[in-house]
Amino acid sequence: MIMTSITNSGWWVKLKRFCAPVPLLGWLLGALGAVILEHIAGDPFSELLGLPKIPVLFGALVMLKKPLLIPSVLLYVLVIYGMPPALVGRLFSGLANRAAEKLLRFSKPFSVLIHLALLYAILHTWSDLSAYRLLTLKFTLIAVMLTLSLNVINGYMGEFSCSHPGFMALGAYVASTFTLSLFVNDRLFGEALLPAGLGPFLFPVALILGGLVAALGALVVAIPSFRTRGDYLAIISLAFMFIVKSLFENLEIVGGPRGMGSQPNWANLPTVFVWTVLCVWIINNFVRSTMGKALNAVRDDETAADAMTVNTRKTKMVGFLFAAFWAGVAGGLFAHVLRYINPGTFGIQRLAEGLAMVYFGGLNSVYGSILGAVSLSFLSEALRPLEILKWIIIPLLLILVMIFRPTGLIAFKEFNVGNLIKPKNTAPIED
Amino acid sequence: MPLLQVKNMTHYFGGLRAVHQYHLEIEPGQIRALIGPNGAGKTTVFNLITGIHHPSKGQIILEGENIVGLRPYQIASRGLGRTFQNLRLWRHMTVLEHVKMARYSRLTYGLAGAFFGTPKRNREEEAIEATALELLEMVGAGGFAHQNVLQLPYGAQRRVEMARALATEPKVLFLDEPTAGMNPEELLQMMAIIRLIHKKMGVAIFLIEHRLKVVMELCHSIQTLVFGEVIAEGNPSEIQNNPKVIDAYLGQDMVE
Repeated sequence: MIMTSITNSGWWVKLKRFCAPVPLLGWLLGALGAVILEHIAGDPFSELLGLPKIPVLFGALVMLKKPLLIPSVLLYVLVIYGMPPALVGRLFSGLANRAAEKLLRFSKPFSVLIHLALLYAILHTWSDLSAYRLLTLKFTLIAVMLTLSLNVINGYMGEFSCSHPGFMALGAYVASTFTLSLFVNDRLFGEALLPAGLGPFLFPVALILGGLVAALGALVVAIPSFRTRGDYLAIISLAFMFIVKSLFENLEIVGGPRGMGSQPNWANLPTVFVWTVLCVWIINNFVRSTMGKALNAVRDDETAADAMTVNTRKTKMVGFLFAAFWAGVAGGLFAHVLRYINPGTFGIQRLAEGLAMVYFGGLNSVYGSILGAVSLSFLSEALRPLEILKWIIIPLLLILVMIFRPTGLIAFKEFNVGNLIKPKNTAPIED
Repeated sequence: MPLLQVKNMTHYFGGLRAVHQYHLEIEPGQIRALIGPNGAGKTTVFNLITGIHHPSKGQIILEGENIVGLRPYQIASRGLGRTFQNLRLWRHMTVLEHVKMARYSRLTYGLAGAFFGTPKRNREEEAIEATALELLEMVGAGGFAHQNVLQLPYGAQRRVEMARALATEPKVLFLDEPTAGMNPEELLQMMAIIRLIHKKMGVAIFLIEHRLKVVMELCHSIQTLVFGEVIAEGNPSEIQNNPKVIDAYLGQDMVE
């Protein structure tokens, strides 16, 4: 009801018409303009508007703390973030379209790389202005990885897994142990064994190792629970999560309940960004292949899948282990962003967050996972001043989504990169 | 040697004897039917042969190899394709994806191909897409290729299921009541399609059917199953006049 009334109202149609001719390249350039503008004019402009400093998360924090400043913040957001994309989008849409077309003609991978480079430039410039932004951004990117990998199990495969924090913990602890014992003089593991200069190059090895151990953990869950369908996986995986947590609580070698800290600062923005892109790319490749679509077939009707030559047991195993691997990698990154982990970090609250992001964004959809992870991460940061009220507003929002869109905001939609980067107003380009 | 041979197959569900001493021989290119009153065990016979249930006793031999105990996907990839009595379609997938999925066991690009989108994978996906479109064209569902399967009319869904079964490259195609719930027009279409695939692909067909018209016109040979036992076997006219068959369907009075 609400959805249709929004989509039918006049301003929505106008906005759509306004946006229609602008390709993604145009938006990215516009956004780049916005963040550069903020870099140059952010400080004096916010001083002019009477703001204490530049609004960090699009003004949400300031607005909630000091309602009197709402008009200034809105003006700031409109001028700094709204104007450049609108101007660039509108004025240079023809140019951007031609550029996008040329890029695509030249080579699709190259065009994708250019888009990604632009995206990175935007994120880098934006997060450059405040350490808080940078941290939020890194956690958001990690949340994207986690949500997407959880979506592989809960969305694409249609099972209900609760063990993601457990996989994440395995990845985090293994990667941390690897880096701390090899490259850092640490209270737990003693002298560094290798020169620290080698570290950043071996960091991917640490992450992959973490992912592999997480996948091994997934195997332990998968063997008993995939013999049947239904709630078993949910129960076994929940148990697994608690087992992993208490395992680390009792392992004094990795710090026990106090956890371990001072991981080297190698998870900088480029690293996190590259791993996130890699994760999205590989998962998207997988779920769009016939081999990955077998997950959907098993979910929708396992008997039929079996009769159509699909090895259902292998399919489920692969899907589950694959998802766990990425959760492990995300855990490793998380440990090196926060630079401190303890068993309590990987508990039921992280599970709730992950599940909320998956179901809010949309099942069976890469767009949905990205949207869910980004919006809930930002929302949970932006509503921080509300303290306890935050935990009423976010669940309420989830309930609303469940009522009006039971499968999530963008569910069951294919993430077609070819369509995304193509110029607008031209013939569709086949992927 | 027959293509598919079932010997002495017996199956119990707990204490219930669902199928007893069942025999079957299918030669390449034959069309055979299995008829019988409701609850006679026809679908159970299908499920036993295609591996969904494992028979309590007996042998199932496909091209000289015993396939009892293999998992359904293994049996399917060895050449027994099937459709289901109550359509079993994947509700979130498009028609084209359905048919492509049935090529699963023939994919060779492996996980590396699936993860990294290698050129080999792209080539293979294109090839199976072409095959799938051809099959859909053949069953007259080519126009629906990119629609979600639930948006299709019932008759078209049946045909999609048939194309999907054909995509597994079966040697014997098992059709479980291919015309159930169809109107007369759809019925004729379906019969034409069965004839067409038989002629074009030379596949042997074994079908369960209630409508005599279909059975009499299409089949070379018919088995009648009552309470899990074959009571009569022969060509259509023999079956039509067999007193035991008439008895099973219509009751003792009609025989006299």
